[in-house]
Amino acid sequence: MARSKKVPGLNASSMADIAFLMLIFFLMTSTMNVDTGIMRILPPPLPEDIEVPDINKRNIMNVLISSQDRLLVNRKMGDIETLKKDVIEFMSIHPDDGNFPEVALRDVPLLGKVPTSKGIISLKNARGTSYEMYIRVQDELASAFKVLRNRLSMEHFGKKYVDLVDEEQINAIEKAIPVRVSEAEPVNIGGN
Amino acid sequence: MSRFKKELSKETPEISTSSMPDIIFMLLFFFMVTTVMRETEMIVNLTPPAAENVQKLEKKSLVSYIYIGQPKDKKLGTESRIQLDDAFAVVGNIREFIAKEREARDEADRPFLVTSLKVDSDTKMGVVSDVKQELRKIGAFKINYSTRKKVVHK
Repeated sequence: MARSKKVPGLNASSMADIAFLMLIFFLMTSTMNVDTGIMRILPPPLPEDIEVPDINKRNIMNVLISSQDRLLVNRKMGDIETLKKDVIEFMSIHPDDGNFPEVALRDVPLLGKVPTSKGIISLKNARGTSYEMYIRVQDELASAFKVLRNRLSMEHFGKKYVDLVDEEQINAIEKAIPVRVSEAEPVNIGGN
Repeated sequence: MSRFKKELSKETPEISTSSMPDIIFMLLFFFMVTTVMRETEMIVNLTPPAAENVQKLEKKSLVSYIYIGQPKDKKLGTESRIQLDDAFAVVGNIREFIAKEREARDEADRPFLVTSLKVDSDTKMGVVSDVKQELRKIGAFKINYSTRKKVVHK
């Protein structure tokens, strides 16, 4: 029984190598890309027997993308370059102007009573519309609403909407200016 | 005035490497946590369009993906096809697919499920509309048009 009682120290010099090996494996397999995209909420399906509510004509801005990727805004030829400006114009508050959507006072927490536009953007597309064009239009609409929200946020909080951090403030702005883009029932126009 | 010590050794001391494994382990854990392994193999070509106003998809575990694009295999033609998981599908399969995705999630999480449409930019809207109509019928209302972030030159 001449063994020493001491436990020999573990040789840990290869630990770094093992860790390196695993590190390199995960480095190679990891995908760091964050998924980005445009969020939209689809409307619930319409029950068969319910009539489509009659929305005042002046509240609707019709945007139609033809199968040749051309734009029709309110039955007139439109242009993707000016679409953003048109949408901002349309959705801004114009009290007592018959050419623009109705204005309703809405109670929003933090903001109090704010006039909100009753306008709706109705986006329609043909079956032959290219997805790229559709996304470009969606993107223009999104940036138009962003401009409007920035404007309102500047007035009330002195900060741009995109720079807001407070959850309540963000919610308030979103409530005051909801993204009202109706992706309407598909219509068969312009062939495929 | 203090005097400088004169008996400094000329040899540079060895750098201790004993903390190296710790550093490496730290890096390792970072990558282990952030890594997402590709689980679906793409059988359609996908080049999503670019857009400026994009939002980040927050919770990846709550996202189900629908891919639409031209088949990679040229023999299958150039018509855009839908890919669910690892196989081609038709619009009718989406109902089953979404039901399966819902089943796999915790009951509390189900209302927050997002369907991400990863669509190639050359696709025609016809098939996308069909998919959207089907999603509406099933009640999967939250969708996300997957786009790349466009770099804006000013």
